[in-house]
Amino acid sequence: MIYFNKVTKKYKNNTSLEDISISITRGEFVAIVGHSGAGKTTLTKLILAEEAPTDGSVYFESIDIHKLTPKDLTKLRRKIGVVFQDFRLLPNKTTYENIAFAMEAIGKDDKEIERDVPHVLELVDLTSKASHFPHQLSGGEKQRLAIARAIITQPDIIIADEPTGNLDPINTVEVVNLLKKINDLGTTVILTTHNRAVLDQVKKRVITLENGRVVRDDKDGKYMLS
Amino acid sequence: MFLTKLKRVVVSGYRNFTRSGFTSVASILIMTITLFVITSLIFIQAGLNSSLNNIKDKVDVTVYFLPDADEASIDSVKEALEKLPEVKEVSYTSQEEALVEFKEKHSNDYLTLQALDELDENPLGASLNIKAKDPSQYESISKYFESDSSLSRGALTVIDKIDYHQNKIVIDRLTSIIKGAQRLGFVVSLILILISLLITFNTIRLIIYMSREEINVMKLVGAGGRYIRGPFVVSGVLVGIVASVLTTIIFIPVSIWLGNQMTDFIGINLYTYYKANFFQLFIIMLGSGVAIGAISSVFAIHRYLRK
Repeated sequence: MIYFNKVTKKYKNNTSLEDISISITRGEFVAIVGHSGAGKTTLTKLILAEEAPTDGSVYFESIDIHKLTPKDLTKLRRKIGVVFQDFRLLPNKTTYENIAFAMEAIGKDDKEIERDVPHVLELVDLTSKASHFPHQLSGGEKQRLAIARAIITQPDIIIADEPTGNLDPINTVEVVNLLKKINDLGTTVILTTHNRAVLDQVKKRVITLENGRVVRDDKDGKYMLS
Repeated sequence: MFLTKLKRVVVSGYRNFTRSGFTSVASILIMTITLFVITSLIFIQAGLNSSLNNIKDKVDVTVYFLPDADEASIDSVKEALEKLPEVKEVSYTSQEEALVEFKEKHSNDYLTLQALDELDENPLGASLNIKAKDPSQYESISKYFESDSSLSRGALTVIDKIDYHQNKIVIDRLTSIIKGAQRLGFVVSLILILISLLITFNTIRLIIYMSREEINVMKLVGAGGRYIRGPFVVSGVLVGIVASVLTTIIFIPVSIWLGNQMTDFIGINLYTYYKANFFQLFIIMLGSGVAIGAISSVFAIHRYLRK
């Protein structure tokens, strides 16, 4: 479904990713691990075409993502749900509106929004914070809101960049369970983390990055960072 | 679907506007200043035009007739003048009126009055006072007397003198001052409007620059360009509407004050002028405000939607 072909990404003189070739099939649950600065976030940015690769290409199904017109890129992004490491919520919108915006953006009608948003709010336990603005939420709440926004549109892929970074162990287990449940329903999940407990819980494919290179790709994952 | 989208864009734009607090206030203030400048310039133009018209009104040319000129030939000159396209108005002063005016003018001068009484006849001639539509046309009117053939020989012989040549220097100078003032007013207006437009545009650009991360997130969530742009344009339009209402209100006390202070100087009461043209002025302010707000937003957001 997603295929990295010899991708290199450099920021000025800094090499973030070097010669990466990975393929991820539909329905897979992939964890990408590595120290901070290993290139995990860059990898997710390349899938979203937020950044362009310096060399090589990234394919979604058989389409080169970085050759799409802005219009087609918008359509592609509607198939991807993203949980950003720094949440990237819309500061001028309430919890409810942040989730609703993702649905509005892909053109869902009002009825669907009124039906689905409360349901997802309940799922991430934010019903009581529906009319709060992001700056009024705690780190964990923002994280859950970001997850809610990513899953509300029922995307083909969910990319979760450190989705448990701000959560306590109990919430972490819940979030990972949620992602697994979504994966069981057929959604491809790409998760980056440096949390050993998360990997132990997932027990799926693990790709290990070190200094921008893939050093390990295990079918059923263990945490192997030194 | 289109209506749903429109509704969403408007609601979202309205929320952005009300929730942005300080930024909205700042852009309203800047926009108000711009509209204030534009409206002031309209006022200044109105004032300038009216004071120029006052000056123009004071310029005229008088044709003096010989005391023994008969009324028929004076009438024929008057009729001929009134047919000229440059002439706005011709007023006739008879011999008797000229005498009354002369006596009034010299009512403190006994010697002159006595000398006048010594004469049996009225020594003053009748005269025609000519006002042109434009001060620059006096020259051609006076030439008309010198060369034109449509006046009969008889009419020409009854004319004593035309005071154009005495007034020529004054008329020429006034004409050039009027033209210069109009040209200068136009250029200054243009520059001021341009400057305030640039300031408003930059303010809106800064506000959108502050939202660039938000725009980026919207893109990543899969929102289309038009759907992202819409709310910003709506906010810009709202800024324009609020600023134009504000400017309209501000101009009420301003025009009252100017009306009290400046009416004698410029010749019209600006408060009366404001009341008389209130609706048009409000539409101009509203239109410029909305247009500036919307167009600035579209241009400012363009670069963030491009990539």
